[in-house]
Amino acid sequence: MLIIKNLHAEVEEKQILKGINLTVNPGEVHAIMGPNGSGKSSLASVLAGKENYHVTEGEVEFQGKNLLTMNPETRAREGLFLAFQYPIEIPGVSNVNFLKTALGEIRNYRGLPPLDAKEFLRLSREKQKLVEFDAALVNRSLNEGFSGGEKKRNEIFQLAMLEPSLSILDETDSGLDIDALRIVSQGVNKLRSENNAFIIITHYQRLLEYIVPDFVHVLYNGRIVRSGTKELALELEEKGYDWLKEESREKAATL
Amino acid sequence: MTSQQDIPLYDEVVNGFDDWADLISPNETSDLRKTRRQAFEKFRESGFPSIRNEDWKYTNLTRFLKDEYRLGSPAPLALSPALLAAAAIPEFDCYTLVLVNGVWEKKYNTGLPSGIDLLPIAEAKADPALAAWFERSAYGKDRHFTELNTAFFSDGLFIRMKAGSSLDKPLHIIHAFTAGYNLMVQPRHIFVLDRNAELSIVESVVSTAGDARIWVNSFTEIALQTDAKLHHALIQAAAPGVRLVNHTTVRQKKQSLYNNYTFTLPGADLVRNDLQARLEEDHTETHLYGLYLAAGQQLIDNHTLVDHQKPSCFSNELYKGVLLEQSTGVFNGKVYVHQDAQKTNAFQQNNNLVIGKKATIDSKPELEIYADDVKCSHGTTVGQFSEEALFYLRARGIGEAAAKALLINAFALDVTEKIKWSAVEAHINRLISQHIPVTHA
Repeated sequence: MLIIKNLHAEVEEKQILKGINLTVNPGEVHAIMGPNGSGKSSLASVLAGKENYHVTEGEVEFQGKNLLTMNPETRAREGLFLAFQYPIEIPGVSNVNFLKTALGEIRNYRGLPPLDAKEFLRLSREKQKLVEFDAALVNRSLNEGFSGGEKKRNEIFQLAMLEPSLSILDETDSGLDIDALRIVSQGVNKLRSENNAFIIITHYQRLLEYIVPDFVHVLYNGRIVRSGTKELALELEEKGYDWLKEESREKAATL
Repeated sequence: MTSQQDIPLYDEVVNGFDDWADLISPNETSDLRKTRRQAFEKFRESGFPSIRNEDWKYTNLTRFLKDEYRLGSPAPLALSPALLAAAAIPEFDCYTLVLVNGVWEKKYNTGLPSGIDLLPIAEAKADPALAAWFERSAYGKDRHFTELNTAFFSDGLFIRMKAGSSLDKPLHIIHAFTAGYNLMVQPRHIFVLDRNAELSIVESVVSTAGDARIWVNSFTEIALQTDAKLHHALIQAAAPGVRLVNHTTVRQKKQSLYNNYTFTLPGADLVRNDLQARLEEDHTETHLYGLYLAAGQQLIDNHTLVDHQKPSCFSNELYKGVLLEQSTGVFNGKVYVHQDAQKTNAFQQNNNLVIGKKATIDSKPELEIYADDVKCSHGTTVGQFSEEALFYLRARGIGEAAAKALLINAFALDVTEKIKWSAVEAHINRLISQHIPVTHA
């Protein structure tokens, strides 16, 4: 589904990704962990097509197509979804109208007819229930005055509505209390299937108790320095990141 | 006085006044004729304003005054059904009146309300009982166009609501302009609401698209007596070729309420609105909401004045502008609080979204406060699209054009949602969406 080869990227002339290799297959959940500033969120931004990130080397193939030449909306229409670390507030754009527009554009791109008002409402109700999203919030302006937890849950609600094939959750757990974390995780678990995949970016192991990953990767200094299974996350929880930093520095010194 | 030598219209009005006066004023009172003569003399001295006049500093009329115009003939012209259809507001339950080039064409009425006095200005000005409404000279420092209107107006609409009266439905007044040659028309309207009367008026300005240039110099005087309430919306959607100078003076007596909603859309080459609320007695309430969407080479200028003369009045003003393509916007909001006007609450806000790379906005709040126990605030912003908001929308599959349309609508919402008739709000939103990219939703 996603093949990242030797990806290098910079922002404001600062090199932030220094050769990422990662393959994600349908049905898989990958966790990307790492200390602050290691490039986790930058990787998410580059994949979603944020304009101030410049790819300097490498390639990314998404469902057999070159992802890097697509603009952000095309990536989304092709089935890529980024759950933002900091979802922004857009006063005056209603959540409903926003979702209708997004779904309409995505369906139009795929040659599907738009949903009529009734079908849209039915779908919206079904997904609200699935991710336990408050119906009152659906009719409000996009994220305006939402709590941190409500914003994150709105991201998961959008994910449920748009049914992407690859979802990237960028520190969705940060700032969530234990109840919100449970609701968000349950939503994701319900949406998991053999046809879609998730990349879960997180700083802590906590989220991975709820969403069990197939693979765990540690990003440090713009590279994946270690990959493993869910046990790696537990090891990190116990030992912290310092031993990996140390190892990485030693490796760099010997090169 | 500025040089008027290169302005054909100046010659036309200066040389044409005597003939014009003979034509339109035989039934008028001698006082009105005197008022006209004085106004004409003042205009002859001052001429058309230039950018050297403080009130016209950002609005250069030169390019609009190069054309020749003939002074409006009162002869009525046939109107295309398409033009009336475009001006109609779907699902809006109202009484409709149509004025063609400033002359009320009664054949287009849809129902006529009872409980309201409606007269063509041509009749009202000849009525000695109403003469007082026409004999006053214009207000303010910047009177170029109001003097000109006073000298030349021939028709328009006179509306009076008797004390305690109201209508069951709003009044929709369609001002249609059409000409086969370059024309200047100068309508005069007077709306009077006696004590405790209430009225809702929606005015639409439309024109036929064509090669002819039409200069509309419109002057509306509104008098709100004690406890009167007027809800007044204006939808300016004239076609290219129209140059619209629109002056409105509202005089408010004790505890009266005036709500104004001014929407200016792409089309007319020039729109200059002067909206002046004169708060002549205490405890009045005034709301001025404006939205201007400018495109092409259009110039839209809103000059507002809220004149707090007496204590305990409340005024609130919110104007928002979207400047597309190479358009120019001007906002000048003056709030004047006299020494007597203690306990004044006066708020003003102007926000602009400058989208066209060559679009410009000049925004100038002007507060003059001579009372010491007041609450006044003002604020101006000029900005572009939020890159973060755009990226967020695009990351959900919404194309750039549709994302921008959503953000423009969101920006305008603060003003459009203030209209209390949902059919009018929907109509405005449709007009806006004609000028910005449409979404697939």
